[in-house]
Amino acid sequence: MAKTKGIVTGIVSNLVTVQVDGPVAENELCYISLDGTPLMAEVIKVSGKNASVQVFESTRGLKNGDTVEFEGKMLEITLGPGLLKGVYDGLQNDLTSMKGVFLKRGEYTDPLDREKLWDFKPIAKPGDKVIAADWLGEVMEGWLPHKIMVPFSFKGEYTVKSIVAEGQYNVDKQIAVLTNSDGEDVPVTMTQKWPVKVAVKAYKEKPRPDKIMETGVRVIDSFNPIAEGGTGFIPGPFGCGKTVLQHAIAKQGEADVIVMAACGERANEVVEIFTEFPELIDPHTGRHLMERTTIICNTSNMPVAAREASVYTAMTICEYYRAMGLRCLLLADSTSRWAQALREMSNRMEELPGADAFPVDLSAIISNFYARAGMVILNNGQRGAVTFIGTVSPAGGNLKEPVTESTKKAARCFYALEQNRADQKRYPAVNPIDSYSKYLEYPEIAEYLNKTVEDGWVDKITTAKNIIRRGRDASEQINILGDDGVPMSYHVTFWKSELIDFCFLQQDGFDPIDSLCPIERQKYMLLLILDICDKDFDFEDYEKCRDYFKNMINLIKQMNYSEFQSESFVSYQNQLQKLLEENGK
Amino acid sequence: MANKAYQRVYTQLEAITKATVSLKAKGVSNDELAVVHGKLAQVVRTKGDMVTLQVFSGTEGIPTNAEVQFLGAPPTLKVSDQLAGRFFDAYGHPIDGGPEVEGEERQIGGPSVNPYKRRQPSELIPTGIAGIDLNNTLVSGQKIPFFADPDQPYNQVMADVALRADVDKIILGGMGLSNDDYLFFRHSFESAGALEKIISFVNTTEEPPVERLLIPDMALTAAEYFAADKNEKVLVLLTDMTLYADALSIVSNRMDQIPSKDSMPGSLYSDLAKIYEKAVQLPTGGSITIIAVTTLNDGDITHAIPDNTGYITEGQLYLRADPDSGKVIIDPFRSLSRLKQLVQNKKTREDHSQVMNTGVRLYADAQNAKTKLENGFDLSDYDHRCLAYAKEYATRLLSIDVNIKIDEMLDTAWELFGKYFTKAETGIKEALAQKYWKEQ
Repeated sequence: MAKTKGIVTGIVSNLVTVQVDGPVAENELCYISLDGTPLMAEVIKVSGKNASVQVFESTRGLKNGDTVEFEGKMLEITLGPGLLKGVYDGLQNDLTSMKGVFLKRGEYTDPLDREKLWDFKPIAKPGDKVIAADWLGEVMEGWLPHKIMVPFSFKGEYTVKSIVAEGQYNVDKQIAVLTNSDGEDVPVTMTQKWPVKVAVKAYKEKPRPDKIMETGVRVIDSFNPIAEGGTGFIPGPFGCGKTVLQHAIAKQGEADVIVMAACGERANEVVEIFTEFPELIDPHTGRHLMERTTIICNTSNMPVAAREASVYTAMTICEYYRAMGLRCLLLADSTSRWAQALREMSNRMEELPGADAFPVDLSAIISNFYARAGMVILNNGQRGAVTFIGTVSPAGGNLKEPVTESTKKAARCFYALEQNRADQKRYPAVNPIDSYSKYLEYPEIAEYLNKTVEDGWVDKITTAKNIIRRGRDASEQINILGDDGVPMSYHVTFWKSELIDFCFLQQDGFDPIDSLCPIERQKYMLLLILDICDKDFDFEDYEKCRDYFKNMINLIKQMNYSEFQSESFVSYQNQLQKLLEENGK
Repeated sequence: MANKAYQRVYTQLEAITKATVSLKAKGVSNDELAVVHGKLAQVVRTKGDMVTLQVFSGTEGIPTNAEVQFLGAPPTLKVSDQLAGRFFDAYGHPIDGGPEVEGEERQIGGPSVNPYKRRQPSELIPTGIAGIDLNNTLVSGQKIPFFADPDQPYNQVMADVALRADVDKIILGGMGLSNDDYLFFRHSFESAGALEKIISFVNTTEEPPVERLLIPDMALTAAEYFAADKNEKVLVLLTDMTLYADALSIVSNRMDQIPSKDSMPGSLYSDLAKIYEKAVQLPTGGSITIIAVTTLNDGDITHAIPDNTGYITEGQLYLRADPDSGKVIIDPFRSLSRLKQLVQNKKTREDHSQVMNTGVRLYADAQNAKTKLENGFDLSDYDHRCLAYAKEYATRLLSIDVNIKIDEMLDTAWELFGKYFTKAETGIKEALAQKYWKEQ
C-alpha cells in the first residue's frame, strides 16, 4: 500500500501542520524532509485534511511546502538482547554510537548491536502451541537469562514449525518459524518491535502485589514500603534530595533490571550515573550495577516532544523484561517535565487549558501511565513485575498543583520531601507523617510483612509513627511555652521522637555502610529503638534530658555507621546499654 | 547573513501587535530572519500563507505598507579570535567603535551536546569569596545563579568573581543592564587589564526588551567557539535572567499564547534549560561555566522564574544584607552548590567539608539563640558565644568583600572555632581537630 504523503502548511515552534493526501492515524509516525534530512514527528491531532504533528527535533529552517511521508505505524522501539547497559535518547537512539560531541538533527542510530553473537538455547520445540510472549528460547545477557519470545503483536495461537538448534547467532537471525491458524508461516528473529504508547498486555493476569520491594532505605522499607510491582512518587521542591534518593533506590533496589528515565532533567546528573554506575557493585548479585541498568536520557535541553516519548520508551523496555519473568524497576526523574512537555504542545495547539494551563486530560494520561506498572502472572505461571517510582517537581514547592494532585490519585506510595527537613540537613528529607504507603493497608502485604520480617511488624510501624506524631505536638508546645514552661514529660516525648528521627529515619546516603540497610537490620534497629521509647525516663532539668538523649543518638548513629553485628557495632550497643541502665526504667 | 540572488520585497502587512507583525509570504523557513521597515525580525509562526514575525526592537512606527525582506537564515554570529576584547549589541554588531569581526558565520542557539559525550565536572573555580569557595564551591562546567533582590550589589559580586576566576575567556551577556551598570562592567574589565580575555554582548534598558532574547544565544555561541574549537575554559556571565524571562512573556503574550504560572509562557522551563544546559565540561578539556543573576521580587523564590531556574541550575547563591555585621553576605543556609562535593577535600584541603559543615551548623545555632532572644527567653552561656561567633563569622568569612585563599578561609574558621567553642561543642572529627585545632 502506498504511503500517505503530505506537505507542511504551518509551523509554530515544534508543532507543524501538514496537509495530507490519504489516511493518517492518531499517533502515527511521519518524517518531514528538511533539505533531504528526515525529521521524525508524531501525529497528535487530525482535523479534516490537516494533521498536527509534533516534531522530535528542532524545526529551524523548515518551510511551508516541505514534504512529509507517513509511516503507517506508531512510534515503536526495538526489543531484543543488548538493551541492558544501553544509553538511549527518548526515541531509543543509541547515544554511545553517535559521532561528534554535538547532537545532529536527523541522526538516528540503531539501538542494538546487529553483529554481536549470542549463545542461543531453544526452549520451545516444533509442534508446541504458543501465543504472544511465550518463550521460544533464551540467551544470556550478562548474568540474566534473556528470553526470546513470540512477538507481543502476534494475535491468536501459533504452532512452532521449526526452531534453530543451540548455537551462536546474531539478533537478526531467524530463530524460529511459527504457523498461524490460517496455516501461514511467520518467521521470528531475536528482536521485535512494539509501539511505546500501547501497554503490553501479553500475560495471564495482573493480581494485587503481595510482597515488598526492598530499597535499603529505612524510611521507605519500614515506614512506607513499596510493593514489588507497585507504584510510588516523590514530590519535592528543588534542593531537597530527590535525585540523591532516586539514585540510592537505583543502586540498591531489589530488582533484576533497572531502567532510569532522565526526563527533562540536568545533563550533569546523567553524567554522574555514567561515571559512577560502571564502578559500583550491585549489593544483591555482586555484579556491576551497569549490567542491569538501561538509561533513557532526554535531558532538559533536548527536544521537548522526545522528552514526552522517553517515559513511554522506558516503560516499554520494563514491560519487555517483565515478560521474561524478571523484576524490573522503573525510575523516572521527573514526571513533571513530561507533563510540561504535554502542556507546551497543548498550548501550541490552542486547546482550552485546564488548571495552570496543563491539558485537561493530564490526570487521565498520568493514571494510564502508572497503570502500566504492576506484578503479573505470565502465561507459563511465572511472576514478573514492573515497579515504578516517579519524581515530581512541584512549582514553587507547592503540592497543590495539577501534576502532584493527578499523580497522587494514580500512585499508591507517596514520599513527600520537605523543604524544612532538607534545610535542617535531615536526609532523606521524607516527611514521616505526611508520606504514606497504601500497601500497608493490603491484608496480603501485611501478612507478608508479619511473616517475613517480624510478627506484629505493621503494628510496630504504627507505634513508631505515633511516637513521631506525639513528639511533634510536644515540640510545638515547647516552642510556645518555652523550655521551662512545660512539664519534663514533654521534653522526654519530644526527644523520643528525635531518637527515631535521627537514628532511624535519617540515613547517610554517602556512607558506604549506612546507605544500604537491609530489612533484617532495619528490624533489629527499630526494635531496639522502640524498646528505648517504651522506657520511662526521669531528669532534673531539660538540659540533662537533651544531653542524655543526644548521647544515645550519637551511640546509635555510630552503630548505623558500623558493619552489622561487627565488633564496633556490639561495643557501641554495650555502651548504649550502660547508658540506659543509668536512667531508663 | 547570506543574500539571496533574488529577494522578493513584501509591502503589505496584515496585522501588527506591539511585538509582532504578520503578512502573507511564500517560501519562508522557520526561525528565519527578516528586515521589517529596517528593523530585524524573526519568523515565529507560519500558517498557510500567513507568516508571523517577532520584531526585536518593537513595532513602533511600522506602517501596514512597510517593506519586508526575508534574509533566508536564522540569526548568526561570526566567530573567531577577533571576538576577544570586544563589546557587541544583541545582534553581534560592535558597539565599541571597532571594526566588524571577521570569521566563520555560525547559527546561534545551535544543537545540544550529546549527554554521553560530557565529562563529569571536576575543576575548582576559586573566587576568593569565602561564602562561595568555602561553603558553596564552584566547579568548572557548572551553572549557578545568584538569587538577589534588585537592591543588592549582584553585578559587582559577579564582576569580582569573573576577574578572580582562573579562566581563559569571560563572556558577559547583559540583558536590560542599566547604562550605569554597563559602564561599570566596562570600567572594571578595563581597569583590571583583563580586556583581552573578555567579550561582551550587551542590551541596556535603553534598548527594546525583545532584543534581549538574542543575548544568551549570542554569548553562548561565542562561548562554544572558544570551549569546543579552542579547548578553552570559558566563564559566561548572564545578568539579569529575570529580565530575559520577562521578554519571553511579552512575546508569547503578543502571540496570544495561554500563559501558565505568573503569566509566564508554558515553555519557560525548556526555554531556560536550553540556555543553562550549555554549561558543559567537554571531553577535550574545554568547558563552559555559567554564572547568572536572577533578581527576585522581595525574596520570593516561589515565583515561576526563580522556581524554574532552581530546578535547572546546579544550586543557587543567595545574597542577603546581614544586619548584625552590617555586610552583604552569601546566605549559608539557602545557598547551595550541587557540585561542590566533586572538588571539596579532593582539590582542596582534607578538612574542607568538615569545616564547612561545622561552621554553618554553629551559625545555625546562633540563629536559634537569636530567636530565643527575640522571644524573650534567657540565653545560656553557649547561646552568647554562638552570637559572638556568628558576628565574626559573617564579617570575616560570609561577607562578599572577603578575598582570600581557600586555605586561609579554613584557618580562619579553625581560629573562630577555637576562640568561641570547645572541641566537643563543634563535634568535629577527632583526627582533624588534633591536626588543625587552634587553642586560644
